[in-house]
Amino acid sequence: MDNNKNWIDQRFPLTKVWNEHLAEYYTPRNFNFWYFFGSLAILVLVIQILTGIFLTMHFKPDAALAFNSVEYIMRDVDWGWLIRYIHSTGASAFFVVIYLHMYRGLLYGSYKAPRELIWILGMVLYIALMAEAFMGYVLPWGQMSYWGAKVIINLFGSFPIVGELILEFILGDYAVGDPVLNRFFSLHVIAIPLILVILVFLHIVALHTVGSNNPDGVEIKQNKDKNGIPKDGIPFHPYYSVKDIVGVVVFLMIFTSIVFFAPALGGYFLEAPNFVEANPLKTPDHIAPLWYLTPFYSVLRAIPPMFGSQLPGVLAMFAALLILIALPWLDRSKVKSIRYRSWPYKVALTIFVITFIVLGWLGMQAVTPLYSLMAQVFTALYFAFFILMPWFTSVGKTKPVPERTTEH
Amino acid sequence: MSEQEIDLKKRRFLTGATSVVGAVGVGFVLVPFLSSWMPSARAKAAGAPVDVDITKLEEGQLVRVLWRKKPVWIFKRDKTALANLSAQDDVLVDPDNSEDQQPVYAKNAHRSINPEVAVIIGICTHLGCSPTYRPEVGAADLGGDEWKGGFYCPCHGSKFDLSGRVFKGVPAPTNLVIPPYHFVNDSLIRIGIDPKA
Repeated sequence: MDNNKNWIDQRFPLTKVWNEHLAEYYTPRNFNFWYFFGSLAILVLVIQILTGIFLTMHFKPDAALAFNSVEYIMRDVDWGWLIRYIHSTGASAFFVVIYLHMYRGLLYGSYKAPRELIWILGMVLYIALMAEAFMGYVLPWGQMSYWGAKVIINLFGSFPIVGELILEFILGDYAVGDPVLNRFFSLHVIAIPLILVILVFLHIVALHTVGSNNPDGVEIKQNKDKNGIPKDGIPFHPYYSVKDIVGVVVFLMIFTSIVFFAPALGGYFLEAPNFVEANPLKTPDHIAPLWYLTPFYSVLRAIPPMFGSQLPGVLAMFAALLILIALPWLDRSKVKSIRYRSWPYKVALTIFVITFIVLGWLGMQAVTPLYSLMAQVFTALYFAFFILMPWFTSVGKTKPVPERTTEH
Repeated sequence: MSEQEIDLKKRRFLTGATSVVGAVGVGFVLVPFLSSWMPSARAKAAGAPVDVDITKLEEGQLVRVLWRKKPVWIFKRDKTALANLSAQDDVLVDPDNSEDQQPVYAKNAHRSINPEVAVIIGICTHLGCSPTYRPEVGAADLGGDEWKGGFYCPCHGSKFDLSGRVFKGVPAPTNLVIPPYHFVNDSLIRIGIDPKA
């Protein structure tokens, strides 16, 4: 055993990597519930890749065959229904986990120096994941796939002068059809997953370079014992690897319950019109993206056309997404964790979370004058969180941050 | 973390138990994924039995049908052909059908249920080509007078008699395969299902 290990270690840094990233990677001892979601995101990524590989074996990326090939998977392929429902539930689960993971970052200031790059990589991951999910939703070629694709792709047509050209470039045609389905298939099964895996790798390498933040926002590397080990650190393996397994078990209990008993989850995970084949002659009565995209869809709808163009709405939607990247520089507070932050930040974060949820809810509703007004108010609140952040993070009295992590 | 001693036995037990339970879980999860590679309901339906009407089949005539994407020959042998079948046992590898290449009800001299009507899967047992039907007795290119009619594989020269039995000295090792089949009535053959016992 030891001989084999030596043989490998002389040729590949196996023991070194194992120690640096697991057995001797010192992690703050005070992680709580919110720290499950990073490892769960990796779990969901693995689930999506595995089920995706098996779905690709039966799926036909052809506008004439795609819908039926999905029905074929559901009815004729042994256990195909299970593999597909794991994949479709996995898509929503991915966003549940990612949103909670991002909220953790907001709670404990995980994006603040020296972890800005981790946050940026995470945001690029998030945007890539949205593209991945959107393209995946187009593939079954149901009514929602078709009309959703049409609406989202048409956004790019709103750019002045070049809009038409961009549209034709994306479509490879003059309307949504076979070429789009075919290229989205390629991007969905190979290009973006590859980018996701590389970004996850970089995200983790960056994290392990600076070390994890924690609920107290204390830098554990500033308090080391005589062996150079952080006094408040414990090795990731076995302590957190075992803790994460508990998280995995609980997650899988909820996940499999949805897969087996409510895979459509009342239309939130799979929309009813998507069980009807795409029909270019008939738009479904009500079009809404899946829940994880609706906050940004609300922003899009909230901004009225200006100068005869819907471009402002499109720009606002992209701005709503991209402004998140600036977070590390908008936050001026000296304190990381919500535990020691001033009250204006706590109020602002609460309003922001409510805003995000309300925008998400509004994005699923049909447009009424009241809802349009609400969408405008909450869009303003959404941007206010970022624009006012330099102010509300520098006012108010913060609590003193302890030297060491605390017990709870 | 207190200073109490680490109970290694307990730790080993817990690690082992967790690993075993995890491995069993992975095993269960593997089942659907591996099963999804098996023939789907559609493939199975496409592999359903095939009916062949032989009312118009004349002596010496051969028809080909597809069953499970394999060519199946149905042909009618005349009296001379049937008589020739037992006349050349010494040049055949397995004249008595001792290899398991046919259902029990076709394990006879003519390798069929009805002596005249042969039903054979037309795939050479060498490398999977489909042999050519050469019923003419004494074909010059197939050995002249010694040739009593049969099948010749164009790929590697394997020869079979009119009941699909392989000749000695050719690449194919065994007789051609007889599929399961039965007569629904005098003129209808159903390929893919054994006769009722």
